[in-house]
Amino acid sequence: MAGGGYDYEEGVAMEGGYDPSYVPDPVKSFVVHLYRHIREKNVYEIHQMYETSFHTLSDRMFKDTPWPSVEAVAQYVDNDHVFCLLYREMWYRHLYARLSPTLNQRIDSWDNYCSLFQVVLHGVVNMQLPNQWLWDMVDEFVYQYQSFCQYRAKMKNKTEQEIALLRQHDQAWNVYGVLNFLQALMEKSSIIQILDKEKEGLEQFTATDGYDYTGGSNVLKVLGYFSMVGLLRVHCLLGDYQTGLKCLLPIDITQQGVYTSVIGSHITTIYHYGFANLMLRRYVEAIHEFNKILLYIYKTKQYHQKSPQYEQILKKNEQMYALLTICLSLCPQVKLVDETVNSQLREKYGEKMSRMQRYDDESFALYDELFSYACPKFITPSAPSYEEPLVNYNQDAYRLQLKLFLYEVKQQQQLSVVRTFLKVYSTISLEKLASYMEVDVSTLRTILMTYKHKTHSVVADGKTISNADIDFYIDDDLIHVVESKTPKQYGDYFLRQIVKLEAVIGDMDRVKLE
Amino acid sequence: MGREQSQMSYTVEQLVAVNPYNPDILPDLENYVNEQVSLQTYSLDANLCLLRLYQFEPERMSTQIVAHILIKALMAMPAPDFSLCLFLIPERVQMDEQFKTLIVLSHYLETAKFRQFWDEAAKNRHILEVVPGFEQAIQEYAVHVLSLTYQNVPRSVVAEAINIEGVSLDKFIEQHGWIVEGKGELVSLPRNEFNHPELRKASSANSIPLDRITRIFPLLG
Repeated sequence: MAGGGYDYEEGVAMEGGYDPSYVPDPVKSFVVHLYRHIREKNVYEIHQMYETSFHTLSDRMFKDTPWPSVEAVAQYVDNDHVFCLLYREMWYRHLYARLSPTLNQRIDSWDNYCSLFQVVLHGVVNMQLPNQWLWDMVDEFVYQYQSFCQYRAKMKNKTEQEIALLRQHDQAWNVYGVLNFLQALMEKSSIIQILDKEKEGLEQFTATDGYDYTGGSNVLKVLGYFSMVGLLRVHCLLGDYQTGLKCLLPIDITQQGVYTSVIGSHITTIYHYGFANLMLRRYVEAIHEFNKILLYIYKTKQYHQKSPQYEQILKKNEQMYALLTICLSLCPQVKLVDETVNSQLREKYGEKMSRMQRYDDESFALYDELFSYACPKFITPSAPSYEEPLVNYNQDAYRLQLKLFLYEVKQQQQLSVVRTFLKVYSTISLEKLASYMEVDVSTLRTILMTYKHKTHSVVADGKTISNADIDFYIDDDLIHVVESKTPKQYGDYFLRQIVKLEAVIGDMDRVKLE
Repeated sequence: MGREQSQMSYTVEQLVAVNPYNPDILPDLENYVNEQVSLQTYSLDANLCLLRLYQFEPERMSTQIVAHILIKALMAMPAPDFSLCLFLIPERVQMDEQFKTLIVLSHYLETAKFRQFWDEAAKNRHILEVVPGFEQAIQEYAVHVLSLTYQNVPRSVVAEAINIEGVSLDKFIEQHGWIVEGKGELVSLPRNEFNHPELRKASSANSIPLDRITRIFPLLG
């Protein structure tokens, strides 16, 4: 099995023991039952097998080998075309997670996604699959695309055969193909119209978590829904933050939705939403959303400890603390952050954060460090130049985003100094502040105007909004400081308490005293 | 004529909405950039779509078109459009002399260094003058920043920010309906909630949108 002909590919560990055509009994039983539950639309059982059995079997029998080939299991599932596509999708997912895929396998996996999505888009699919599984499909599709771009960009150590293969299969993981599949799923599912109609009470989608209890299939609808998150992610990987956020618009992230029904989807959505807002300088928006999700993860972490996604959850959690640190260093609105999140933040990044506000070379290095740790894995979407000399370009996209981000940090360099002074005065003359800051008055004027520009943004309808924690205005030569006090939102508080009280009274009414 | 043009622009926007990832619309988008320049219109979405297609197929990129997009993006200040475009332009392309110049100009605007900006712009007139309305757009941005910052501002500061002096400045001030105070040396800028914080509505913060109150409607019955 091993050896011959494979030496030019990243060696997948084809151990002597692995025979792709051998199907152990537990696997036989697994596919037979899974196939039956899918035909019977038993979402609960499908979910159990998908979330638990698959991973248990993987851990027990396929720790470092692939699952049996689809050809070998097909006979146990009536050679069902769609089931085989689903099996193969899981087969590759397992391979990507545990081994390193060869170029041939990457291309085959792409072909499998094409067939699978074609069936969903054009065929008549009447399955009902768990949201977790449908999310994983979209998530994995985007992940494999990103992984392919990283792989392709490392041109230096490519062999002639690999390059020939890349050229021959130039449609595999092509950026147009990837984006158009996501777009097609979104459009064909009419998910945007469904969400619109739901607002008017004419349709149920969120209320049933996307499931169809009237005999229909949830597959296209929910894949279309998650594709919007997929598009946000791909656009962020490409540095196209504006377009990414636009793709997410149909989903109201101030509310719960189907995207919150799967923890991986919830985190991916908010991570990319927050990151895009950070890059667009909308720090307050980013802080709001990071704060909410970090609090949510803090409170619910323990329920996911056994989940296969647990490690991923923890990693994104740490990355989002790093991003929150960046946001708060550029826009110190700590009062927007919940006390629990804040104490976690101080524990993890408290010391770094105080150094980041100093704006010297060292603080600059910290921005670099945190950004590099927490940013998405940016990709270059275009095909490489196959001309000699072959060069690696897998870092290009990341370096560009990092450079532009640090450029922004540099432009805001003096703002925290201004902030420090504004905090201790109610009025101060330009001349006095200039001498404290060791600049001349006309330089100070530009710094103060920069402060205004960077802390105010013009939103869609032409309205200007302030992100400043501390503001000021200048009358002739005198700076007047304005501490912006956001009044407490008592209204919302009372509303929540009213609903709570009513629930408690309802509970008490139900209690029958003997 | 005018109507025809606006109908055409409607079509390009539609094109972008329906085919956001279709390389075939690239020539239409390039023409549309030229149209935005000559008709003094602007569409960030269409331009980002074009930069995206260039990013996917760098060999089809036209530096001339990219330069026009970037100048248009500068004119959209205070919006962050210039950065949004740069995020999509490969670093080696940004090394081009004219792009370097535009990046420097953007830096001066972002940090409100207006005098340096106008000096640099004067030196690079050949790049900028192909896009009509450039100066006016930057002046508008300068006025925006000034009005966020000042209640009353020395005339010389205004002159420096918008690069206009003497009689022309008097005219500019008059056109904007600003009042000159003191001995003609202090310009009083229009009141807004940023230079007159007392105008900030406190009421809006304490009101509750109707859709939230509807949650308790069932309990009120």
